[in-house]
Amino acid sequence: MKVLNTENLRKNREKGLQSIISGGVRVAVGMGTCGIGNGAEEIYRALKGSPHRTGDVHVVKTGCFGFCAEEPLVNVHIPGKPLVILHRVILKDVPDIIKWVMGGKIPLDKALCRIEEWDHLTGKIIYGRGMEDVPLWDEIPFFKGQDKIVLRNCGLIDPEDITEYAAVGGYSCLQKVLAENKPESVIEEIKKAGLRGRGGAGFPTGIKWELMRQSPGSPKYIICNADEGDPGAYMNRNEIESDPHSLLEGMAIGAFATGASEGIIYVRAEYPLAVKRLRKAVKDAGDCGFLGKSIFGSEFSFIINVVEGAGAFVCGEETALISSLEGKSGRPSPRPPFPAQKGYKGKPTNINNVETWYNITAIISGGWKRFRKTGTGKSPGTKVFSLVGKVANTGLVELPLGMSLSTLVYGIGGGSDKKIKAVQSGGPSGGCIPAELFETPVDYESLAAIGAIMGSGGMVVMDEDNCMVDVAKYFVEFTARESCGKCVPCREGLFRAMEILKNLTAGKGSESDLALLEDLGTVIKDTALCGLGQTGPNPVLTTLKYFMEEYLAHIKGMCPAKVCPELIRYEILEKKCIGYTVCARNCPQNAITGGKKKAHNIIQEKCVKCGICLEVCKFGAVKKI
Amino acid sequence: MKAKFVSITINGRQYSAPEGEKIIAVCREAGIDIPALCYLEGISEEASCSLCVVEVTGAKTLLRSCVTAVSEGMEIFTDTPRVLNARRINLELILAGHPPGCMTCDSDGGCQLQDLAYSFGISASRFSDPGKMLCVKQTTSWDTNPFIQFNPAKCILCGRCVNACSNRAVNDVIGFAMRGHGGKVSTPFDMSLEQTDCQFCAECVQACPVGALIEKPRIGKGKLKDLTAVDTVCAYCGVGCNLRIFRDKNGNLVMAKGNENKKINDGRLCVKGRFGHTYANSGDRLKTPLIRENGKFREASWKEAVDHTALKLREIKEKYGSKAIGVLGSSRCTNEDNYIVQKFARAAIGTNSVDNCARLCHSSTVAGLGKAFGAGAATNSIQDICDSDVILIIGSNMAETHPVIAQIVKKHHREKSPKIIVCDPRFVGMAKTADLYIQHYPGTDVALLNAIMKIIIDKGKEKREFIDKHCEGFESLRETVLKYDLNSVSKTTGVDGAKIEEAADIIAGAKNMMIFFTMGITQHSTGVDNVLSVANLAMITGNIGRRGAGVMPLRGQANVQGACDLGALPNVFPGYQKVADPEVREKFAKAWNAEISADPGIPVSEFAEESLKGNIKAVYIMGENPMMTEADLNHTRKGFENLEFLAIQTIFMSETAELADVVFPAASAYEKDGTFTNTDRTVQLLNPAKSPPQGAKYDWEIVCRVSSAMGYGMEYKKTSEITDEIASLTPSYGGITHSRLSEGSLQWPCPDAESKGTIFLYKDAVFKRPDGRGLLSAVEFMPPKELPDKKYPFILTTGRILYHFHSGNETRRVKALDKFVPENYAEIHPDDAAKLKLTAGDMVRVSSRRGSIKLRARVSPQPKQGIIFIPFHFREAAANVLTNAALDPVSKIPEYKVCAVKIEKIKAESGKDKSETGH
Repeated sequence: MKVLNTENLRKNREKGLQSIISGGVRVAVGMGTCGIGNGAEEIYRALKGSPHRTGDVHVVKTGCFGFCAEEPLVNVHIPGKPLVILHRVILKDVPDIIKWVMGGKIPLDKALCRIEEWDHLTGKIIYGRGMEDVPLWDEIPFFKGQDKIVLRNCGLIDPEDITEYAAVGGYSCLQKVLAENKPESVIEEIKKAGLRGRGGAGFPTGIKWELMRQSPGSPKYIICNADEGDPGAYMNRNEIESDPHSLLEGMAIGAFATGASEGIIYVRAEYPLAVKRLRKAVKDAGDCGFLGKSIFGSEFSFIINVVEGAGAFVCGEETALISSLEGKSGRPSPRPPFPAQKGYKGKPTNINNVETWYNITAIISGGWKRFRKTGTGKSPGTKVFSLVGKVANTGLVELPLGMSLSTLVYGIGGGSDKKIKAVQSGGPSGGCIPAELFETPVDYESLAAIGAIMGSGGMVVMDEDNCMVDVAKYFVEFTARESCGKCVPCREGLFRAMEILKNLTAGKGSESDLALLEDLGTVIKDTALCGLGQTGPNPVLTTLKYFMEEYLAHIKGMCPAKVCPELIRYEILEKKCIGYTVCARNCPQNAITGGKKKAHNIIQEKCVKCGICLEVCKFGAVKKI
Repeated sequence: MKAKFVSITINGRQYSAPEGEKIIAVCREAGIDIPALCYLEGISEEASCSLCVVEVTGAKTLLRSCVTAVSEGMEIFTDTPRVLNARRINLELILAGHPPGCMTCDSDGGCQLQDLAYSFGISASRFSDPGKMLCVKQTTSWDTNPFIQFNPAKCILCGRCVNACSNRAVNDVIGFAMRGHGGKVSTPFDMSLEQTDCQFCAECVQACPVGALIEKPRIGKGKLKDLTAVDTVCAYCGVGCNLRIFRDKNGNLVMAKGNENKKINDGRLCVKGRFGHTYANSGDRLKTPLIRENGKFREASWKEAVDHTALKLREIKEKYGSKAIGVLGSSRCTNEDNYIVQKFARAAIGTNSVDNCARLCHSSTVAGLGKAFGAGAATNSIQDICDSDVILIIGSNMAETHPVIAQIVKKHHREKSPKIIVCDPRFVGMAKTADLYIQHYPGTDVALLNAIMKIIIDKGKEKREFIDKHCEGFESLRETVLKYDLNSVSKTTGVDGAKIEEAADIIAGAKNMMIFFTMGITQHSTGVDNVLSVANLAMITGNIGRRGAGVMPLRGQANVQGACDLGALPNVFPGYQKVADPEVREKFAKAWNAEISADPGIPVSEFAEESLKGNIKAVYIMGENPMMTEADLNHTRKGFENLEFLAIQTIFMSETAELADVVFPAASAYEKDGTFTNTDRTVQLLNPAKSPPQGAKYDWEIVCRVSSAMGYGMEYKKTSEITDEIASLTPSYGGITHSRLSEGSLQWPCPDAESKGTIFLYKDAVFKRPDGRGLLSAVEFMPPKELPDKKYPFILTTGRILYHFHSGNETRRVKALDKFVPENYAEIHPDDAAKLKLTAGDMVRVSSRRGSIKLRARVSPQPKQGIIFIPFHFREAAANVLTNAALDPVSKIPEYKVCAVKIEKIKAESGKDKSETGH
């Protein structure tokens, strides 16, 4: 059996290497959900079906390299030359691409950057040198400063091909760990590396594993929490879609270290592609003997089940997740007992976030010292953020912990034309960080110190067109809706906070409401049962702290960002209106009077403040007041 | 295991507390008030209301004291501004969604939310939504049942009800649906409670801290603050649940709650305990003595009725001798009542023909266990259930007959997973919980038990050392059981041999096994044999004489144990002192200053027959209704009609009272003081929850009056005097007095004032037999006396159901119970129904060789094929018209559990059946 597993791995690796670097021209289309949404599927099919393509040109699927704003991405490798990433590829480009690569060249106008060699942390790939007129990948602003440890394989290998994973060193960490057969030293390694939970709470992973290992009971379970529910966050989705095997390998190592025999991946049902690729990966790994009984001939046996969630945000909370897995409604329960003591089916259970698991092989392969070279002393390593909102460059960003927010927003994100006001970090239960505090280093403690959280890594950038009271209302509406309804502060508190915020955005608030809101928010944080409630008021409390003037303006009936419908109105400037009628024709409420070449007028009673008139008027005659 | 103590500070003061104890418990123990709406110790640790929060040095957030355990050096603060503000805000949040409709709420005065609002001085929540402030009853799918009303408008989603249903009743009927602010308590898919497994124990109602859940029958009968509470003991089955019963300003009983006696019900009640008390308020309670004159009753004064009775009894005694009079005590009456009635029989009348209805339920237990162990009572305690790892339930539908014990067993099963084996011809409630279910034919218990013992002995798994040291008769038992090979037993019992073997393996592997049985074992012409077999099994597996190991005959009525203990049996005086023993007779003769007959009396099951033979001429009944409960009622009626004189003490005009010459109106159990002895020998004090109806008297008092009028003076001022007399003459009750009981119950044997009572019998396997050894009896299987044939092709088995009790005289008068199950039915297997072309609800005539009744067919997979089940509570279709009075030769118990019947479909006689239903 041992021979078979090991032999399997060697064969897979050879086959994968052939496919990645030495099997002719390789055109790989970035086909994560994001790429597909931008048309990658059609491009892939067109490339594959191109009548001009010969057998030397291989068209394959890959995951996502992370630069969402530039999708679809296609990377091209001509043997001996660097890997070149093409961006904003459209269907029309396909014949040209085929023509170029058949000639051994690259369509330079589409080239975003080049990669000469890549350290997959376990297996270094040298693509080739040359093509200096295309910038190196880490020379372009979006990638500059990024350190791809977690995303090491994303967008570079075919996620549905286990051989490509093997080619970049996959499953060799597991093989090594099992050969050494020292679970304690694995835990020791993780502890020394100082890895902290990437789900957002930042609990030291090694210590969690140790507690689990020491906890009596059998069988033991490990769970991967892939119930990524934050609006605007999609790191985990992309990680799984682009590199599912790294997750499985990380979990297998974790299971070995903690003494678990069964793993469960609790993944959002809303991520069908991730689910599909996970299921395939689990099957392939099982077929190869990297999962299942007596892995690599050792005494270690381990299986993984993929379970789809049912769409509750709160099931990202450990105890609620377990409850959901057990077939009960997803409601958290008090801790202790911790899952390590009494978890799934009452047995010792260890839960880690997707991204935490991705760090495991990275630590095992390179060693804890190398891992600690990135990040800060207290927060070593990197964190993947989904950078979205009012910035030029949106996408998945993997940053060493401890970098400043301004690097993220202005450097990598490329800033915005308008004045950036704040960043919402850590999803709906994170906090609004004002631009004045952008020098804050992004690590667990520093973010907590200013009332925000790292969370799972959502970063939403907001500019002067965003109303901070409205933002607070939006996030509280989300958490109130997603509250499981168990504990009073979360169930009733967030609901009432939402009511107060609705009043404020409607200009019906008073100063005493602000005091009550702050008091309420503080008590919710202080008394809610689980993480959802304990962090739910963060958007309210941070906006109250940093954007009080906006709240006060709302009390006076004004929305400075001109967002809150009840506090704004649209008017037509008589002087500029030429009677073009486009506004009247598009008004869903028929609220605009006036005929052709006659000055128009908005009947305020009918207006629902949708803003369509402002958008459609080419003459600047509609004004938001 | 001794608890380790840790030292902590609360609000700056040092305390020592057991490690692992929850902060809330430590604080409350220390007299520090901690508000909580969702927490119920041991039941609900929902941790949701967030009112119990405290500040603990070093903790990031406030901590819930209900789920946080104390640890060494913990610094706890319960009254900092941070804590108080958090509590206030959370309370306001709860109040914001709760309508302030206290003025029309039945829970006013007992509502914990109201109390907290008061103590925090919150008159209006800052979060309130003015539009929602009217308290309107919201309709739910719960509205169709007669027991429980749920008004979601008042619900604060604390989860106590959900946890009570799950952790106390172990029924899991309700849970939370939806989420966030829109969450609600719900049944699965909003089914009505009747469609779920709900047993209407109303633990959910008891747990509700506000008025969202309420007992339906009490709505509008008075706010909680206007009710008066009395702690007493439930008057239904033998579990002896402690309850707090509430009466309104008019003196009527309106509601009951379970009391937290950890040794017995631990706060639980069943549907009858919870709702069944209102019969005491019934308008048709008897209030005046009645004398039959020219075939009709007329009202009479107490003096007249007593004198008339005394005269008639004296005449009959003089004319025919004392033996011509039979007396019936009652397991519904107190120990004191029963002591007096048997004293009356023995000392005033001079007969030992005094009995009680235990004859009809557990006389075979008393005889069988008495023979095997030396005493006829349950060997262990209810609280011992939690110490067992195997529970064998044979011939007991405990989920319906002893629902609270069933809940305790289920709870134990959930927590510690003991193996549960249920053997019953019907798929009874506990079969669902059971790890192994065996469906054997009624009356084949000996064959089944012998086969199990054979397998154990064949495999050499019997406890030889225990048997050698503590038992006798093993060799002949062994020879007998070895004849019971699996194949033939499989045929006899209708059970797959593999299942019998599995049962044997589980039983042999038990560290501590408790065996529960009731009428399925006892009510057979082989009742004593059945009981002996159970005792055999317990002894050969060494399961007796310690906590969690023993034999538990569950007693069916509140004081059936006590009625027997106090000598309402023909062959024994109080404390099972034998009438046959001249020394004992001498002792009582001296104490009672009367001559005591050495003639063994006759049991109640022979009264009718003896009357027809002319041997019994008069019967005096205290609180029983044999005209519903005796087997072969048509025959019984003839016997009772043949009497020269029949007197009865009763609370209602009953089927038996209708035949009487004198009827005395008696007080009900909820109106009495005195004592009850429950199924595990626990003697408990009753407190009157209301006064008897004007004109009714206590049973002991009536008997004393008749006795004195007969010339044997009995005068007691209060029941405690009787209890003291019992103690002086009854060794096992020697240390039991009212003043001790008012401090807490006592389990007999409790021989003297120093004794703390006995939790389990036969410690170190020393039995109460002359040589201290248990007796193993070789018992051969004998089939029931009447088996199905071509003419009567079905086996009828009778029994009790959850919602009614005994002859139905009480429960049929409880509106909610009678509404829920208003009429009798015959439960029939779907395959049999199909053969007879019956569908559910069809009217059928069920006939035996002795009579026939008309009732509805209920098609259910519960009974084994070929068996029908009929409850015996309904006078309109009295099951006992059909039953066979074949008696067990030793215990004289009739064979209620097996007789042959036929079933015919008949046309429904619309309207007629209904009009007969009422009382």
